[in-house]
Amino acid sequence: MKNSFYYKSKKFVVNTLIHILLISVAVTCLYPLLWMIVSSLKTQDMIFKDISLIPHQFHFENYTQAWKEGGFGGNFFNSIVYTVSVVFGIVIISSMAAYAFSRLRFVGSKFLFIMFMAAMMIPIPGSFVALYVLLNKLHLRNTPIGYILCMINVGLSTSIFLLKTFFDKMPKELEDAARIDGCSKIGIWWHVALPLAKPVLAVVIVFNALAVWNEYILALIIFDNRKFMPLQVALQSFQGEFVTNYPLLMAGLTITALPIILVYLFMQKYIIKGVTQGAVVG
Amino acid sequence: MKIKNTLENYIFILPAVTIFAIFYVIPFIWVFQLGLFEWDGISFTKTFVGLQNFKEIFLQDKNWWQSIWNAGYITLIALTFQNILAFMLAWACDREIRMKNFYRVIFFIPPVLSEVVVGMAWRFIINDIDGANVVNRILTQMGFPHLVHNWLSDPNTALTTVALVHCWKGFGWGFLIFLAGLQTIPRELYEAARVDGASAWQSFKKVTIPLMIPVMVLVAILTVLGTMQVFVLIVSLVGGEFAGHTSVPVLRILASMRGSSRFGYACAQGITFGMVLIMISFIQYRFSKKGQ
Repeated sequence: MKNSFYYKSKKFVVNTLIHILLISVAVTCLYPLLWMIVSSLKTQDMIFKDISLIPHQFHFENYTQAWKEGGFGGNFFNSIVYTVSVVFGIVIISSMAAYAFSRLRFVGSKFLFIMFMAAMMIPIPGSFVALYVLLNKLHLRNTPIGYILCMINVGLSTSIFLLKTFFDKMPKELEDAARIDGCSKIGIWWHVALPLAKPVLAVVIVFNALAVWNEYILALIIFDNRKFMPLQVALQSFQGEFVTNYPLLMAGLTITALPIILVYLFMQKYIIKGVTQGAVVG
Repeated sequence: MKIKNTLENYIFILPAVTIFAIFYVIPFIWVFQLGLFEWDGISFTKTFVGLQNFKEIFLQDKNWWQSIWNAGYITLIALTFQNILAFMLAWACDREIRMKNFYRVIFFIPPVLSEVVVGMAWRFIINDIDGANVVNRILTQMGFPHLVHNWLSDPNTALTTVALVHCWKGFGWGFLIFLAGLQTIPRELYEAARVDGASAWQSFKKVTIPLMIPVMVLVAILTVLGTMQVFVLIVSLVGGEFAGHTSVPVLRILASMRGSSRFGYACAQGITFGMVLIMISFIQYRFSKKGQ
């Protein structure tokens, strides 16, 4: 008969092995990031001589140089403007549509909803070629508004899906009460449905913000002019200009990555919930 | 009154439907039309060539099929290596262990970062030409100088290196979805299995695996769709050169469009590629139906 000591020590060994695995993966996750941040604070010489993770001196001037000479300030500003306006647009437009699909009756509602859902499932990797042609015709190529509209479209399907699932489960009583009080449909959507949907809206906002901030291919084909480019695309030309100056490049990467990491750390509860929800319903 | 009511309802979906129609439906249809033309994207005249573009893709374009093969190779590595790792980690975090939430937060940092940042940072860590190759230095210091290698510039290792960085970036997704799936398995099932005298391995095989099959299929489909369309990571890792041994379909489409200004051909490539993707997901879906 195996005694309890056997089970305890077995459990201890198993748990230790599991922790070793988890910790080593966690280290591999963090190392490249730390390396990037540390390198951004070194000089070119130090990067090549010394691979330690603690720089002897902190060269913060890399950041001011990347910001000014690299013209990063402008691109950073663009990224913020695109992210904020796309997310705002998606929240308004998709919540209106989701509310209608869930609560209002109109001809073609099922068909339209299926269309939106199909867009989520069917990959069309070549459609950016046609999109380019279309934007050219509409004179929207190389304009921020063209990019913003395209990106709103990218986020619509999933956001409508998440919000409709929420509205379907929401009790009707509050809306009925508001209707009796003489509230219009738009009023109910704005004053009743949206405030109740705050938890899902948080998921929608965070996910779309991540997607817009990190988006690359549409920005690449839509913008010719560096002036309009978001950070992700500007980094490429930045890399070309400063091909030998690694600390500057790493400063640029850190400037691009840091906001998203901070947003993630503050909102990780919603992000994890979003992935989980998406997985469960998807 | 009723008409006014209905019109009011349509106002709610009007913005969404308009944007969707212009930026999704029209390009979607247009791709199929443009695929039948030879067109440089600028001039007013398009030449109708019928299925010529598709014929060229299927019969002549070896680079195109090579790029699909490359993406398939990366996908295969992601499907096995990345997902097995993700499953193992999720299984480990599903147990009663300390710092679970810490791991959950850390493992999802790479998926949050953009592919440009990930690609450039890793390029800097593994590429020898750029000077500070950390991986090679660590290998040397650990006493394996014969393993020092130009990981990204050697055609033999470039694709695998790219695939591994891709796995690094992506395993967090699988991890979170697997973890969510594992947590939906009722604890009573494990207890019942233990009462019946099942070993840990047996209850894993008889309880965990069968109940996780739908989640595994979901992760597999997401992995395939995501990985087959990689390209930003490759551009930023390999440095924007469209070198043949790391070319992937989206890069080829961009090259046809921008490099050789053949818009019709780029559309035809996009269509064939879309078909391949839909076929793979369909097969996976059918396979999962059988499995249940």
